[in-house]
Amino acid sequence: MEAPLLHLALVGTPNSGKTSLFNALTGSRQKVANYPGVTVERKEGFFVTPAGRQVSVVDLPGTYSLRGRSPDEEITRDMVLGRTPGEVAPDLILCVADATNLRLTIRLLLELKNTGRPMMLVLNMFDIAARRGVDVDVPKLSEALGMPVVTSIAVRKGGIAELLRRTDEIAAREQIPVGPNRWQPLTVSQLRATQREADRIIASAVTLPAKPDTWTARIDAVVLHPVAGLFILALILFLMFQAVFAWAQPLMELLSSAFDALGQFVHETLPEGLLQSFLQNGVISGVGSVIVFLPQIIIIFLFILLLEDFGYMARAAFLMDRIMGGAGLHGRAFIPLLSSFACAIPGIMATRVIDNRRDRLTTILIAPLMTCSARIPVYTLIISAFIPDRDVWGWFNLRGLVLFGLYAAGITSALAVSFLVKFFMLRDYAPAPFMLELPDYKLPRLKSIAIGVYTRAKMFLQRAGTTIFSMMVLIWFLASFPTAPAGAEGPAINYSLAAIIGKALEPLLAPLGFNWQIAVALIPGMAAREVAVAALGTVYAIEGGKEAADQIGHVLATKWSLATALSLLVWYIFAPQCASTLAVIRRETGGWRWMAVTFFYMLALAYLASLATYNIAVALGAG
Amino acid sequence: MSEQTDIRTSQPLGLAKRGYSGVIQHLAVADAASALAGHELESRLIELGFVEGARVEVLHEGIVGRDPIAVRVENVTIALRRREAMAIIVA
Repeated sequence: MEAPLLHLALVGTPNSGKTSLFNALTGSRQKVANYPGVTVERKEGFFVTPAGRQVSVVDLPGTYSLRGRSPDEEITRDMVLGRTPGEVAPDLILCVADATNLRLTIRLLLELKNTGRPMMLVLNMFDIAARRGVDVDVPKLSEALGMPVVTSIAVRKGGIAELLRRTDEIAAREQIPVGPNRWQPLTVSQLRATQREADRIIASAVTLPAKPDTWTARIDAVVLHPVAGLFILALILFLMFQAVFAWAQPLMELLSSAFDALGQFVHETLPEGLLQSFLQNGVISGVGSVIVFLPQIIIIFLFILLLEDFGYMARAAFLMDRIMGGAGLHGRAFIPLLSSFACAIPGIMATRVIDNRRDRLTTILIAPLMTCSARIPVYTLIISAFIPDRDVWGWFNLRGLVLFGLYAAGITSALAVSFLVKFFMLRDYAPAPFMLELPDYKLPRLKSIAIGVYTRAKMFLQRAGTTIFSMMVLIWFLASFPTAPAGAEGPAINYSLAAIIGKALEPLLAPLGFNWQIAVALIPGMAAREVAVAALGTVYAIEGGKEAADQIGHVLATKWSLATALSLLVWYIFAPQCASTLAVIRRETGGWRWMAVTFFYMLALAYLASLATYNIAVALGAG
Repeated sequence: MSEQTDIRTSQPLGLAKRGYSGVIQHLAVADAASALAGHELESRLIELGFVEGARVEVLHEGIVGRDPIAVRVENVTIALRRREAMAIIVA
């Protein structure tokens, strides 16, 4: 009979290297979902031990204690105690500690011991600790703690061999002994006592080097310097956006020509008719024009994950705390807002690190103003069609500068909105404490980052394959039916449902310089911003034939004025053009109210800003 | 009060300058004008390693109003605002 699935749970403080250990154990066999009823991300992975035992491992949210002061920490507490409905209590808790920094983890571990669950301490990043002169007497530590202790190097091949071997040993026992649960929320004096006990155990089993990590001190001397630090932060952000433009280009062109070739192949293979039109114009050119942006999404996530792994994210929060505080934001809001550059959805979900409800609400309201990666397709398309590709001051590319300007406009307006919210809507606002560990710098773990980027790219492609695909089919349908009556003049699309809807909206959008084709594209753009590009592609492809589908940028350049293009760019900075973001806001704030507030304030901002842009541009002669 | 602490007067960590190093004497959460309730602030400070007898050093200061501060507590670096650091009495 096959042995039942062994359930492991990873518990540790933030920055303990839990995620890199999780990635090392499970590789790409990961399943990301939500815990039922709450919006905490549930990460589960699977692996097989050397002895052939099937293991499931969950990566629980990082915490310093079991007090459960936020939804994430409550999940960790309830999972450890086996209280989460529909979840199995873990057979073995792996308490993950950064071997260079044991103090806070050992305190947590002493608290965890009260739960009576079987436990093992994993001293991760053991190589770094050894190099820094941290000397851990593993048998002595194991004896003092009363549990097995293993060392691991999650990033090195074979670095988790001992962990796997010990897991097998424990799993091989007939029954893993479970003690009685004596855990209760600790009082302040009990907390203090456990920290003292932890310090005593560390003093007896660990020898620490006299000096702290010199590299961290050296880097921080520059990176946290009041002037140089901000300059470096700006430089990193700027580099990120130039990279998105420059590095991704060759790959994007490759993908784009591959889809063109595929479309051409379908065009030549199939007989003229509805099926040919559906496959070529609906499916291939529609989905293709979205998938082309995969390289840019990979680059953005690569930057975010690298900075996080290096230890820079916490520094950025430190630098930005008071500056953001001036706009009514918490320093911790910086990380969710920075994640929102990739996508507002994980960004809004990441606001859970902010435990004050008001701070969190403000951050959620402005997160959609951060330029997410789904806007990049729209920006790229319009910029490359209307902004000349030339160098400015010998250094910068004009297109890169415009893109940077769009990002800057998003950030500035977000800070302004936050300030207004603080001033008018949440007057009785009390700043929540900013307390954050600044971890020592570590060389980014490339394999772990590769897995992280892969997981996110997969999510993007799944979205492209499901939501976006069905929207593309809908758009193709709207643009193709009803067909033009016999003997009708002009392109067939002028008689379609899409044109009827677009023309109905046109009077509303005309003051912004939008024609009905744009109005048609904006509707499916609600499913996901990038769909608007594909929709424009479909609308113009069907209207103008194959040449138009190949060169949508060129088509736009001939059909739109510069004023219209600028107006649409500005519209995309502000417009609430993403149904999923709105859905997440509703879920995270627990009601329709804040979702409605977000939708209408963004819509109003977009309309006014586009109106102003269009009219100023026309007045300056760009109409 | 022993003579030892009189020689080096105790003060809140919230008033310490960059480069200051000392030892935590006690936590006085009532003195800090934090948004958190006293026992909650005290719990969080302890969870981040601010307990009596721990060595602290102020490593960095923020740009606006020299706030927040980055404090080395034993071998961990914690960033916090001066408002909360007022609850940590050092000497």
